[in-house]
Amino acid sequence: MNSKIILVNIFRWFLLLFIQILLLRNLSFYSLATPFVYILFLLLLPFKTPNLLLYLIAFATGLTMDAFYDTLGVHTTACVTLVFVRISFIALTVNKDNFDEPEPTLGNMGFKWFSIYATLCTFAHHLVLFFLETFRLTEFSYTLLRCLLSGIFTLFLIILIEFMFYNRKAR
Amino acid sequence: MRNLWIFINRYNAFFFFIIFFTIGIYLTVSNNSYQRSVTVNSTNEVVGTAYKNLNVLKKYINLGDVNDSLAAENAKLKTELLALNSIDSAKNVVVKDTLNKSQYTYLSARVIKNSIALRNNIITINRGSADGIQSGMAVISAGKGVVGYIRDVSEHLATIESLLHKDTKVSVTLKKNNAMGTLVWGTKNFDYRKAYIKDVPNHFKIALKDTVVTSSYSHFPPGILVGRVSNTGISTGDNFMTIEIDLFNDFSTLQYVYVIKDKLAQEQKALELKLPNEQ
Repeated sequence: MNSKIILVNIFRWFLLLFIQILLLRNLSFYSLATPFVYILFLLLLPFKTPNLLLYLIAFATGLTMDAFYDTLGVHTTACVTLVFVRISFIALTVNKDNFDEPEPTLGNMGFKWFSIYATLCTFAHHLVLFFLETFRLTEFSYTLLRCLLSGIFTLFLIILIEFMFYNRKAR
Repeated sequence: MRNLWIFINRYNAFFFFIIFFTIGIYLTVSNNSYQRSVTVNSTNEVVGTAYKNLNVLKKYINLGDVNDSLAAENAKLKTELLALNSIDSAKNVVVKDTLNKSQYTYLSARVIKNSIALRNNIITINRGSADGIQSGMAVISAGKGVVGYIRDVSEHLATIESLLHKDTKVSVTLKKNNAMGTLVWGTKNFDYRKAYIKDVPNHFKIALKDTVVTSSYSHFPPGILVGRVSNTGISTGDNFMTIEIDLFNDFSTLQYVYVIKDKLAQEQKALELKLPNEQ
């Protein structure tokens, strides 16, 4: 059971990063909205993952993305922030002593919980990402706009992917 | 002491966050500074090889366009050659202008990674220090002008700080009235077909559709094409104005570029270092 979860997560890591680097890196609407769907991997890590491991995984994932995007540190910091939001949100909303479900997927947790969870995590990630990438405050409003539109784009794709797999798990 | 340990352990998520966030910020800042020591980027062996292999498909798809542009450039060069040969061939004088002719040498390179959607776009090419490429060299594309500057170099790969980057600035001039300015990208919008010329003195009358070329102050050879004026006189409220231009270069379909080696670059740099710092 345990090794199955690990294998699924490794497979998911490769698949999502592959899609992100090969396909979504070249995709944007008027240079305003750019999706970063690879964060779905961090969202779907099992509930019982220790905090330190979560941070290490996020750090490694961010560093890999940075290598492919030539933005050392930007994705890393954004991913670490995402994990912090994830841990805080799960600690507040899910009873830690008896996890009914292994992973925080849409099928397991319901649409309402998952959409709030994904929204908070995505915008935390995108805020850090875009402001560190720009690294100056003179373009504040424009960066905020890009962050908002990209966040909506990412969320749309994340929920789309989750619904695709939702039906399979419900059976 | 035990209470402190319990406290830290209880809020470990927060403390881990502080630690990892600090490392991330440190990496970002160190990457932004000029001297970068860590090479986690696409000049890295693994990442570079990955991009090289991924680019094979794209290369085939764009083969037609690349052929056309090469043919066009060939024709242009042949015309120039013809013009040179026809200068009084009866009187055969060999002019050895060794300095000006050989100040710049060009090295062709293939783009293996490119982006246009980000705030700071980086291009990776398949040439490196083994081909004599150094950080800071200028890069242009075939017939269409400015691409950017070399940023990081590894043995067989190099990254280019594209014109579509917040730190890239090029000194340019307008063909009709020689007004000087600084070419930047992304101050008003992030359209990869548009750029802006800042710091043009207000008294110049700027003509629409005027051609913009690199000036002799830039790190590029003078007269390299940049773009065409599309909107004049965006007032900044002081003695300088901003001009919007359409770039000749289409960064979304960039396949081959030329790296320019300037033989006098080091000499110029050494000479200018002797000047007292006036700032």
